[in-house]
Amino acid sequence: MANVHTEHGNGQLPQYPEKATLEGRNKILAFWLFLGGEAVLFGTLFATFLTLRNQTNEGPTAAELFSLPLTAAATFILLVSSLTSVFAIQALHRHKVKELITWLIVTVLLGIGFLALEIYEFYEYMHLENFGMTTSAFSSAFYTLVGFHGAHVAFGVLWIGVLIGQLYKKGLTVVTAPKIYVSAMYWHFIDVVWVFIFTVVYLLGKVG
Amino acid sequence: MKRLLPMLAIFSLFLAGCGREDLSVLRPQGPVAQGQYDLIKLSISIMLVVLVIVFAISAYVIIKFRRRPEHTEMPEQVEGNFKLEVIWTVIPLILVLVLAVPTVKEVFAFGEDHANDKNAIQVKVNAHQYWWEFEYPQFGITTAQDLIIPTNKKIAFELKTSDVIHSFWVPSLSGKLDTNPDGTLNRFSFSAPKEGVYRGKCAELCGPSHGFMEFKVKSVSPESFETWKAAMKAPMVAIEDKALAETFKNQCLTCHAVGDQGTAVGPNLTGVGSRESVASILLNSETNDEGNPVLENMKEWLHDPQLVKPGNKMPSPKDLGLTDAEIDGIAEYLANYKLEY
Amino acid sequence: MAHAHSVKRYKGLMDWLTTVDHKKIAILYLLSGGLFFAIGGFEAILIRLQLIKPMNDMLEAQTFNELITMHGTTMIFLGVMPIVFALMNAIIPLQIGARDVAFPFLNSLGFWTFLFGGILLNLSWVMGGAPDAGWTSYTPLSSTMYSPSHGVDFYTVGLQIAGLGTLIGGLNFLATIITMRAPGMSYMRMPMFTWASFVTSAMILFAFPAITVGLVLLTFDRVLGANFFNVDGGGNPVLWQHIFWIFGHPEVYILILPAFGIISEVIPTFARKRLFGYSSMVFATILIAFLGFMVWAHHMFTTGLGPVANALFSISTMLIAVPTGIKIFNWLFTMWGGQVKFNTANLFAVGFIPTFTMGGVTGVMLASAPADFQFHDTYFVVAHFHYVIVGGMVFGLLSGLHYWWPKMFGRVLNETLGKWTFWTFAIGFHMTFFVQHFLGLMGMQRRVFTYLPNQGFDTMNLVSTVGAFLMGVGIIFFTINIIKSFMQPKGCANDPWEDGRTLEWTIPSPPPEYNFKQIPLVRGLDAYWKEKAAGNTEMTPAEPIGPIHMPSPTIIPFVMSVGIFIAGLGLMFSGEEFSSSFMSFIFNNWIVCGLGLLITFGSMLMRSLFDDHGWHIEPEEFEEEGYKHG
Repeated sequence: MANVHTEHGNGQLPQYPEKATLEGRNKILAFWLFLGGEAVLFGTLFATFLTLRNQTNEGPTAAELFSLPLTAAATFILLVSSLTSVFAIQALHRHKVKELITWLIVTVLLGIGFLALEIYEFYEYMHLENFGMTTSAFSSAFYTLVGFHGAHVAFGVLWIGVLIGQLYKKGLTVVTAPKIYVSAMYWHFIDVVWVFIFTVVYLLGKVG
Repeated sequence: MKRLLPMLAIFSLFLAGCGREDLSVLRPQGPVAQGQYDLIKLSISIMLVVLVIVFAISAYVIIKFRRRPEHTEMPEQVEGNFKLEVIWTVIPLILVLVLAVPTVKEVFAFGEDHANDKNAIQVKVNAHQYWWEFEYPQFGITTAQDLIIPTNKKIAFELKTSDVIHSFWVPSLSGKLDTNPDGTLNRFSFSAPKEGVYRGKCAELCGPSHGFMEFKVKSVSPESFETWKAAMKAPMVAIEDKALAETFKNQCLTCHAVGDQGTAVGPNLTGVGSRESVASILLNSETNDEGNPVLENMKEWLHDPQLVKPGNKMPSPKDLGLTDAEIDGIAEYLANYKLEY
Repeated sequence: MAHAHSVKRYKGLMDWLTTVDHKKIAILYLLSGGLFFAIGGFEAILIRLQLIKPMNDMLEAQTFNELITMHGTTMIFLGVMPIVFALMNAIIPLQIGARDVAFPFLNSLGFWTFLFGGILLNLSWVMGGAPDAGWTSYTPLSSTMYSPSHGVDFYTVGLQIAGLGTLIGGLNFLATIITMRAPGMSYMRMPMFTWASFVTSAMILFAFPAITVGLVLLTFDRVLGANFFNVDGGGNPVLWQHIFWIFGHPEVYILILPAFGIISEVIPTFARKRLFGYSSMVFATILIAFLGFMVWAHHMFTTGLGPVANALFSISTMLIAVPTGIKIFNWLFTMWGGQVKFNTANLFAVGFIPTFTMGGVTGVMLASAPADFQFHDTYFVVAHFHYVIVGGMVFGLLSGLHYWWPKMFGRVLNETLGKWTFWTFAIGFHMTFFVQHFLGLMGMQRRVFTYLPNQGFDTMNLVSTVGAFLMGVGIIFFTINIIKSFMQPKGCANDPWEDGRTLEWTIPSPPPEYNFKQIPLVRGLDAYWKEKAAGNTEMTPAEPIGPIHMPSPTIIPFVMSVGIFIAGLGLMFSGEEFSSSFMSFIFNNWIVCGLGLLITFGSMLMRSLFDDHGWHIEPEEFEEEGYKHG
């Protein structure tokens, strides 16, 4: 364990710097496990939403409320951000720090775009449609599920933002690489969750 | 199974000694409770077999294989034994099956819905913190606390609550089922072959007086039941004292229904003097026999309801401005308001 | 050594607040778990005192409901689980031949969040009333309409925080066991306690997020006026029951599996025989965990799920008897042909077998849905789960504590006092709970603050209360034993039982900070026993002697937990009207909650920005007295 934090003898980064150290490997493994727990968390929220989605309590229903173009745009933005974060990891494996930073910045910007759309959407529902947390069981379940996801996106944006700063200061090392890699895993995960939200909440709400 | 039978017999004898006839699971008084009791006996018997085996092996091992001073060599390190492993996997599996088959049978028997059975008496149970309301939709009768039923007749229940979740349980007649809010109402049925008074309880934590949320099931002959039905439909017995009648009307009938009068927010009080208890826990049959226990109980309750049943929703008559004399007068009126059946 | 970094080392209190050493964190878990266990035990005594006779008026009904709620919640979440974590922390890294857990920082964070969650929950006693809706907190009883005090808020927020700590702990042990095993220790060479902890951690990972969501929903209902469980707003109270028990049933196995693991260590050691049927034990453990996730609705038979669901859940529940039975018989046959020594640790382990079996068989009885209509929510159920949790879990923990005490503290507990502990506790336990089976069958429902006379309940309740006091006496003997042990000097042998089989007995008691001077090479199940049988006195090292890298102590986990604690209080009281306008201002505008979150996320940022390079222990610094042989 003695040489945990040192780079390889010749000062070169290994090809997979995120997996070069025991800490790095542990971090990635533990993050997979953590995502397993997160999956249960969102699974429970989805189950709750599915149970309550027709309990509108004389408030607005899903079909009245949702606008598919808006959410389709949000979905598109988030899916593209997942792609850009794949580009970022490819840049990481090629040890191209500048490219890596660029792709991360694009990812973050797309994340912010998504959040902006979501905030706009929530604002509209609350102020124009009179659809608040307390309106119905459906509204509570909607805001909680989508809001939990939104909070995850917001956290991801802040996290990746901090990592970009660290890349500037510290460069790409065996310490920073696992962090980037793990944050990309996180970003893909919340993307997948969003695909489910888009299907279960919006499409099913409009159609079924 | 054959070997289990003598054990079952011994057990029934032993368990039958347990508890009051009107309350104990172990002394069933109706077919539903009997079916559940049979299942309980079967499961106890199987489990006793398991316990005997485990206890016997434990005792043998503990005595036989103690460490002794002459033990200098290490014992043989046994990895396991496939045959034994199979035995103690398969035998429990068989035992479980023996229990599972009657379980499934009984589950579906219990799940039968008699909501549209014309021969059954329909009863809507509405649970409140901390009292029970019984509505007979076929007869247009509503009563509280004492559920009057005819013997040998299927009583089909629909259970609901108007506040928190309670659980409707008459141990000697049937197992319990929760009273849920609208949307998830439960249905089941039972019958009582013998005349008698059976104790019922709330079995789901529902607040401070959960333990006091009792009720009675009174099983009477079909003739008496008809008389009771008629008596329930009679108009309210009037209070002679005009001033007291006015007070009763303004302070009590705003929440309670009596005969053809009043409002159905609190418990219906028609014939409350002939019920088994006041406020479900002041038992009219078991309190001191000097004087008039119903009257004593009614006074105790009306003078300080919170003392009798903490957290109950009835406003104290004193807080409503009733004088002691008025309370005693009303207590007397209610205690003597009896139905003949 | 070029890479050695100087590190600030703390003394005294700061040492404990900043430690990331798994052995010290184990002691912290044990201390706080012990404290909460004492509080929960005191609540139990009050409950039993109130029930000593019919129509007792010692406690008010409301207080009684608060006591039963807090007794259950405290014992399960704050008493028993941390003591499990104490043993896991103290022993797992040693058993797998590691110098620490995979994430020492997270380990410390998990402890502090658990502790602050527990403190928050218990603050309810002095801040306007404890939760009163039962440890299950069924809605609508736990809604603001029927439980208007802040009690249930303390429950939801406190458990979320404590649960976060548990989740972090579970995650950490999963990663530790997967990646930190010494060379040669394959999965099928892991000691049973490690296996049980591994499976338990996996269950924690998949069960706790569910209850977290449930608690969040209930919090939103109570604080933000959401409608998840509010019927008038379209909500569904039965949903809470599902979410609670989807977590709640696995939680029961989260509690009992480590006890199974402990028993599987203690019995072979004192029988001088390897565990009978090791691979079937592993298989049974995994099977129990697996089935544990698909039986939750057996807690809801009387909710009215319909005959099909009831039949299915009856059968799946009964099936659990099979792997559990496998375990029971494997323990018995481990002793068969052995040379069983009955010291306190083994008394509790051997006593566990029949006691737990009694709890197990009533479990199968409860699985039969129609019979459960009679058992449900009566004292029969109370007897059942106390047989499993106290007769199983607590017996197992007491066995484990007596067994590993020398390893944790370097001192052997007194045997005479230990035997007094066992006999008073065991007899008291059976007195308390055996009669409760019959109370339930005779018609006494649970959670009643008192009962009418002449129902045939009086004598058995009296016996039960006397038994509870006897259990209390047992715990007092144990406490005296602990205090006495600390009055002796340290210095017991590496392997004080002389029959140790696993790696923790190859190193000094207590182990040095770095555990193993050289990571050992594992050549089979029961690695140490194997070496002893081959005539060796110590393990073959798997690496040369060299400097050892250690993680730096840090205060950040503590600060992060304080932040969460503040945020939790801020959330709970966000809608409160205070008498002071300043208080109202900072709470109602979410300033307190925001400040707490700021502290937490700020600390996280610090942790991310400033890399912890750790420090090294050089070979010349290795403790001289290390590696002596018993």
